[in-house]
Amino acid sequence: MRSMLKKDLLILARSRLLVALLILYPVAIALLIGFAISRSPARPRVAIVDQTPAGETVQVGSQRVPVSRYTEELFSQVQSVPATSRARAIDQVKSGAVIAAVVIPPDIAARISSGVSSGTLEVLYNGDALEQSLVQSTLGSAIAQANLVFSQQIQRAAATAIDALLHGGDLAILGAPPNLIGLDEIPGALARVISRQPPGRSRSQLERIAAFAGFAAQNLSLSKRVLSTIGQPIQVDSRLLHGRRTPLNTFAVVVAVTVSLMFVCVLLAAGGVALEREDHTLARLVRGLISREALLAEKGLLAAGCSFAVSLAMLAGVGAFVPLDWSRAGLWLLALALGSVAFGALGLAIGALAREVRAASLLAFLLSLPLAFLALVPAGSVARGFYDAIGAVSFVFPFKAALQALDAAVNGASPAIGGSLLHLAGLTILFGALARVGLRRAE
Amino acid sequence: MSAALSVSALVKRYGELEALRGVSFDADPGEVVAVIGPNGAGKTTLLSIIAGTQQASSGTVEPRPERVGWAPQQAALYAKLSVAENLELFARLERVRDPSAAVERMLEQTGLRERARERVGRLSGGNRQRVNVALALLADPPVLALDEPSASLDPAQRERLWQFIVALAHGGTAVVFSTHNVREAQRYADRALVLAEGRLLFDGTPAELMREAGEDEPADMERALVVFLERRAAVAEPSR
Repeated sequence: MRSMLKKDLLILARSRLLVALLILYPVAIALLIGFAISRSPARPRVAIVDQTPAGETVQVGSQRVPVSRYTEELFSQVQSVPATSRARAIDQVKSGAVIAAVVIPPDIAARISSGVSSGTLEVLYNGDALEQSLVQSTLGSAIAQANLVFSQQIQRAAATAIDALLHGGDLAILGAPPNLIGLDEIPGALARVISRQPPGRSRSQLERIAAFAGFAAQNLSLSKRVLSTIGQPIQVDSRLLHGRRTPLNTFAVVVAVTVSLMFVCVLLAAGGVALEREDHTLARLVRGLISREALLAEKGLLAAGCSFAVSLAMLAGVGAFVPLDWSRAGLWLLALALGSVAFGALGLAIGALAREVRAASLLAFLLSLPLAFLALVPAGSVARGFYDAIGAVSFVFPFKAALQALDAAVNGASPAIGGSLLHLAGLTILFGALARVGLRRAE
Repeated sequence: MSAALSVSALVKRYGELEALRGVSFDADPGEVVAVIGPNGAGKTTLLSIIAGTQQASSGTVEPRPERVGWAPQQAALYAKLSVAENLELFARLERVRDPSAAVERMLEQTGLRERARERVGRLSGGNRQRVNVALALLADPPVLALDEPSASLDPAQRERLWQFIVALAHGGTAVVFSTHNVREAQRYADRALVLAEGRLLFDGTPAELMREAGEDEPADMERALVVFLERRAAVAEPSR
């Protein structure tokens, strides 16, 4: 086996393009992912056209809320790029300088103040389905957050106005008489007046007015609480059932490393076996020079070793940009080792099917790419039956198990790493056996 | 003299198809034996069983495959390795006692010393075939099985290859080769085996085959083979 390993390393070293790819690929991908994650804006770039007159306010009873509060909140949710006009904003969207433009119309304050209609923002965006989805999700949540904060300010203004009605005082509204009586003071004041009134029609009318004032004060007080409930009727308390919450950027790193591990390993293992058929050396080797099992083990270990080194280098490279928990490095090694061995076994089975290296490479790509894609389809995003089918397909190939093992190793994500490692070991045995059968048929 | 190769009642079945039907023959040390016959006669199957790359359904072959050098029809070599690297790799896999000495010996024997460092993928078809045969000889086997060794070679390359093989036979190696080129069998073989539909129809010298076919003129063995096969088919037809 040592002679074969030396031979394969020599052949690998002489395949300059392949060696260059094996070295450059992890470096390039690590840098690409690192820069993409570390340099990407945390907030989306959005052009904002504010057409409201300066100092415009929304009138809520006796209170005024400046519209600038809303724009300030919106600016804090996005990376705002001020635009002087709607046309200029459209140009910025078309050029890709911003993902969308938000136009705040001049009549927004008047509409909100009217109390009969809500203000309407105009959102302009462009691009393919992915970009459209990004705008809807990121900008939608930014606008919702700004709306929430603005509505809380309006609620506070409304609550202040209600307090003034309830408790009276100087309302600071143009034309309002000073030292107004509050609604909640009326029943007491009337009671004193009523006590001095003789029984009769006037007294009973005063008693009715006092009862109304008491009822109105009670309900107006209640309406303050109702206002805050309407502003945010339902709050969300989210809890993760298993594992730790995985940051999207470290999960992206795990996906990239697993994809690289898969491609390098499957291609090398498949190519290594197919090369023996392409050079017609397989029959010569297995007629007693080396057992089929030893031949497969040698090819599988070589591919696993190379892909392990490549993906570890990639993980370490990305670690320069994205904070990774290096205290878990032992688990990374374990996940990468088992993952590479399972991918190696899959590559051997593919290589045993193909007659030449090019066919093996093509087959490896055609099989691996959709499997990786399927394994990333989240639950609930497709019909139940289809998701079950995807789950079954993903279960019998190593990508999902390797992804889960590495995610658990790097991020402490669920499911636990032990189950995924056992799964990978089982798949290694399965594909190893298939490769053995395929090799026998290939001779 | 005891036979270097002894094949006895060899049968090979692929499901319903019988590729070999009880083939038996011997080859003495230094003897060159040609296996000829039409396409699908079972020539490659016979050579593969002798070489141990296929298992017989029944029958025996002596010696064991490890003692038989085998050169398949398509050169089984690593194109990205040099001539010397290919020889050394297989010498180590064959567990030859002194791999370096074996490489030197084969480079000398094949006349490829000047090409030792050249990658096999850049060699001519003739030289590649010589390396292919040289790999079969690394362990110094008493029997050499060659499957269509001169296929796809030009006349000059073929001539050089046969000089090499005949020299091996003169050194005591029993050589069994299959070929479609009947004139090659006539020229270089001591004995010819005619296979058709898995049956061994003839075992004798090329001259005996021509006599059996009624060919007085010894120059055309190809015609002799055609006539021989036609006669055997005519004899076999009424009995079917």
